[in-house]
Amino acid sequence: MSTQTINAPHDVPPAGPSVHAPARHQARSGPRVTQLRVLRSEWTKLTSLRSTAWTLLAAVAVTVLLGMILSRVVANDWVHYSAEDRRTFDATATSLSGMYLAQLAIGVLGVLVITGEYATGMIRASLGVVPRRLPVLWAKIAVFAVVSFGMMVVANLIAFSAGQAMLAPKHIDVALSDPGVPRAILGTAFFVAAVGVLGLALGALLRNTPAAIGTLFGVLLVVPMIVGALPGRLARISDYLPSASGDALMQVVRSPDLPSPTHGLLVLVGYLAVTLTAAAILLIRRDA
Amino acid sequence: MIEARGLEKRYGDKVAVHDLSFTARPGVVTGFLGPNGAGKSTTMRMILGLDRPTRGEVRVNGRRYRDAAAPMHEVGVMLEARAVHTGRSAAKHLLALAQTHGISRRRVDEVIDMVGLTDVARKRAGGFSLGMGQRLGIASALLGDPATLILDEPVNGLDPEGIRWIRGLLRDLAAEGRTVFLSSHLMSEMALTATHLVVVGRGRLIAETTVAEVIAGASPAAVHVRTPAGSALRDALAGADVTVTTTSADTLEVSGRTSEQIGTVARDAGIALFELTPRQVSLEDAFMALTQDAVEYTTQSTLGSAGTGRAGGVPRPSSAAAVTTTAVTTTAASTDTEKRLALTGSPRSEFQA
Repeated sequence: MSTQTINAPHDVPPAGPSVHAPARHQARSGPRVTQLRVLRSEWTKLTSLRSTAWTLLAAVAVTVLLGMILSRVVANDWVHYSAEDRRTFDATATSLSGMYLAQLAIGVLGVLVITGEYATGMIRASLGVVPRRLPVLWAKIAVFAVVSFGMMVVANLIAFSAGQAMLAPKHIDVALSDPGVPRAILGTAFFVAAVGVLGLALGALLRNTPAAIGTLFGVLLVVPMIVGALPGRLARISDYLPSASGDALMQVVRSPDLPSPTHGLLVLVGYLAVTLTAAAILLIRRDA
Repeated sequence: MIEARGLEKRYGDKVAVHDLSFTARPGVVTGFLGPNGAGKSTTMRMILGLDRPTRGEVRVNGRRYRDAAAPMHEVGVMLEARAVHTGRSAAKHLLALAQTHGISRRRVDEVIDMVGLTDVARKRAGGFSLGMGQRLGIASALLGDPATLILDEPVNGLDPEGIRWIRGLLRDLAAEGRTVFLSSHLMSEMALTATHLVVVGRGRLIAETTVAEVIAGASPAAVHVRTPAGSALRDALAGADVTVTTTSADTLEVSGRTSEQIGTVARDAGIALFELTPRQVSLEDAFMALTQDAVEYTTQSTLGSAGTGRAGGVPRPSSAAAVTTTAVTTTAASTDTEKRLALTGSPRSEFQA
């Protein structure tokens, strides 16, 4: 390589039209990071992935279908129910049972909202443009929580109506206006959304999709089994597991084996507060 | 404007960047040059606050990057082309970044146009070629109309047309008064794009210089001479400041004399010359000489022979001398070494001063 070719480009004046549109150094009122704007950005991110739509659709579908199927099965089997079984039968919870499957879909989606960015490298772009970082985490949580809660409320309303229609021929259905029913519908939606946010927090902490999904469902599905194997004296530990909170929020006919809905709600909020605080602290502290 | 002062980054025991200070000024393209593993990417990440420096600090336009109200307006970044979610379209990716700052959709379309991705903007970024990914990265860097641009290996994966385009773009951006800071491990690329150079190796500053200086430093090159009277010419040229290496029966490598001087001496001595060719030190050679001590990943054989072949040999920049000598198996080995040592002299002493 000769020196001529090396020096030449620097002598060439910048030719042609400017590469950017003029007059955009309008600092004050113009571009600036705000929490609201980051929320908008996270909304675009969530809604621009095909996997989001499919996962939400799957969550709604399983909630409705499973609720209908279980209600139908109960209705068909009702004649064989004992008096005790009939007394403890919870028509609302039966029609909302699809949440056991929906929590898998929403939980995975919650994890992916953040680990998808770590896996692809997108997180460095996200944190690069919002170097204070926390607005990104809050926005992700808010957008995802609102979307998944909203979808689950809709799914639960459909599942409840369809399920009660299945139970109606046996006159064992309940109405939306019955005591405890709206709370169960909203509470179950809250539980599923909380599982998703828990997944998001675990994803932010572990920054790895399989690790976060494994931990989330280990806590939700496996730990209750281990606690169930403990002697009765220690069985109340299960009251403090997130999975029991889901059952507690879903019940309308109170079961002696479950904590109260309020207790369940508080336990869930506790889990969310702890994991989200840890996620926020580590997001600030760690290198991205 | 980027000002790094005493930057240090440790990962456990490993020092990735050590006491690094430099300045990248507005209006010029500053090249950040160093071999792989020299700490370039780590330094760029520290500028952006993605990595927290263990010590020292770096300011962008006079303040810490994370304190900027509109970071995208201060700095446009392309750290790696692949900082994109593979499932999202290029347009949505850029829109999501733009929205954090309230930058309009019009501007998003504008930068998509500018980098030539209009036809594929609605396609998933995961299917992009390396060059398209690079263009998308550059588009995201330009979104906020930033005063400072930081680009990690921007020409990587671009086709020749794309490389020409990015060179012109970077020069234009600098000419508009912006600070342009780009990294590369290719000296030849830097020579075509940058004017200022920050050279690093093993996480340390080797030189803060200009491309012109490096080229000037590389000038004392040898002259390749072919003559039937090799030994006669050798005697005729003899002098304290002249090095003549006989490389074959009829060829000499002469350093310390210009081709004009050699031709004149040969004529006066009545010696016929068949060939008289000035040899430039290539920029890659110049760069190699600058960073030789600091190459982190060297081939095993080179390291081995450097260790054994020159035990107790050259004192100070011994590894440079030894590695070059043993690595270069061509006939001009010794001359090359001298050139390289001459080169390392100026910037390094500047650095030590």
